[in-house]
Amino acid sequence: MEESRKMTFAERKKWFLYDVKMSKTYYLFLFPYVLVFFTFMVLPVIISIYYSFTYYNVFEPARFVGMRNYTTLLLGDDVFLRSVTNTLLMALITGPVGYLMAFIFAWFIHGLPRFLRTFAVLIFYAPTISGNVFMIWALIFSGDQYGYINAMGRNMGLITGQPIYFLTNPEYMMPVILIVILWMSLGHGFLSFVAGLHTIDRSQYEAGYIDGVRNRWQELWYITLPNMKGMLLFGAVMAITQSFGVADVTVALCGFPSTDYAVHTIVNHLVDYGSLRFDMGYASAIATILFLMMIICNKYIQKFINRIGS
Amino acid sequence: MKAGLRQTRSVWGNIFVYLMLALFGAFFAFPLVFAINHAFKPLNELFLFPPRLFVQQPTMSNFQDLFAIMSRSRITFSRYIFNTVFITAAGTFGHILIASMGAYVVSKYRFPGSRTFFKLVIITLLFSPHVLAIPRFLVMNQLKWIDTYLAVIIPAFAMPIGFFLLKQFMDTVPMTLIEAAKIDGAKEFSIFWRIVMPTVKPAWLTVMVFSVLNLWSAQATNFIFSEELKTLPYALSQIIGGGVQRAGVGGAVTLFIMIVPLIVFISAQSNIIETMASSGIKE
Repeated sequence: MEESRKMTFAERKKWFLYDVKMSKTYYLFLFPYVLVFFTFMVLPVIISIYYSFTYYNVFEPARFVGMRNYTTLLLGDDVFLRSVTNTLLMALITGPVGYLMAFIFAWFIHGLPRFLRTFAVLIFYAPTISGNVFMIWALIFSGDQYGYINAMGRNMGLITGQPIYFLTNPEYMMPVILIVILWMSLGHGFLSFVAGLHTIDRSQYEAGYIDGVRNRWQELWYITLPNMKGMLLFGAVMAITQSFGVADVTVALCGFPSTDYAVHTIVNHLVDYGSLRFDMGYASAIATILFLMMIICNKYIQKFINRIGS
Repeated sequence: MKAGLRQTRSVWGNIFVYLMLALFGAFFAFPLVFAINHAFKPLNELFLFPPRLFVQQPTMSNFQDLFAIMSRSRITFSRYIFNTVFITAAGTFGHILIASMGAYVVSKYRFPGSRTFFKLVIITLLFSPHVLAIPRFLVMNQLKWIDTYLAVIIPAFAMPIGFFLLKQFMDTVPMTLIEAAKIDGAKEFSIFWRIVMPTVKPAWLTVMVFSVLNLWSAQATNFIFSEELKTLPYALSQIIGGGVQRAGVGGAVTLFIMIVPLIVFISAQSNIIETMASSGIKE
């Protein structure tokens, strides 16, 4: 590395090209994945940014409209602003709470005997992978005579007269959706935490106790968490992806559009304009704003996690 | 594991932990228990007021009804099943093959662009398929892939979490193993195929599970419009859409959709935990 600083630009370019040439086999190995990755992960983002400055309905060629989509979104679209508020509320509550739950449960489960541990992991992870079983929540919260909670409330004398319309009364919709999202939010992050706790070397704890770690909380903060920084970051990425991308749950439980747009999310809005109204330019602007929100959020969380244990 | 330290948690601490796990465990399991019971309820119990959680007289009639509806559908039901199985198998196999090849060189060698590329993969972990669906539709439209299997299969090849987990796991494979094979005169591909892939079996089993979970539930209604190409989850959702008279069948369908991913997960759980141990994102 010492010499590389003294090299001129032309020399460095020569070495770079030499490196590339020597790595031909590696590029060949990577090429198929790069091709699909670029086409279906990177290109869509670029396309989104491009079309967000146009009016495009798929049938006619796109027409450049400058910042109009963005100005309409931010100044003229009350439903969008509503969806941003809802999404942020969902993300700010279910993101951190789901993340903490994932860690706390993983931590609790870690102390269990092996058989119980396997079983507990399954129970907590099952909601994430069981397809659209979240539809069951619609039955549980339903406002008609088949609704489980309404019936229980009635039996216990808590609900009299009209049933509570959990899924259509804006007062209740957001809390109900939050519960359901939390229910299915443990996700990949949870598995990562369970595995991470498993890998920490016992000798580190022993060394910690010699160095003056006194209780389980200090053990957690000074030894366990710093050892799991990588997993914590991974879990955070998963939590952001999930909490900003809420869409199916609101449609399945509260319908589309939901009463008064009480649980309308950014992705709901995106699907509305992209798949129903075919206003691709506008939908692309929504997607671009969402991408930006997620990336910014991720940056902040990274900074926070890097401070752990110091 | 850390038996010496577990003693530091008091008896009350232990009781607290078990109590919390039981309480939240019940909350997490409740809808699943509900779904299972629902599938075996006869009609009179489904519409019982007030509703009961546990089934009193379990019956298979909901499943029989489901099969009856399946056999009456315009497109034979085996076609939907074939579509989903084909999409799942092709998407998963292709993804594992090309993602492992790429992950192998990124993990084991350093060449111009390799680091940057991996950073890009980590960023794309953030993008949920929903957000990408619309621009992807535009890409498919250009490629003339709309209304073909390709529109579902090929994007599944790109699943970033698969590449990510494979690469992280391959980092734990000692370089000496590869160098030894090289000295013996093995070519790069045969090192990858004969030495690295068998060593990282837990990783690709895990990625296989994630990919299957992902594709098994794919409705793909954004990209596929011909009835004969539609997927099983789509067909099943149409059956549930029949309303009140389909409530029992709906219960059977929900159980069916739920049980496959659970079985897949259970059968690979220890491999998955082993793989997730290297899932950390390093700076």
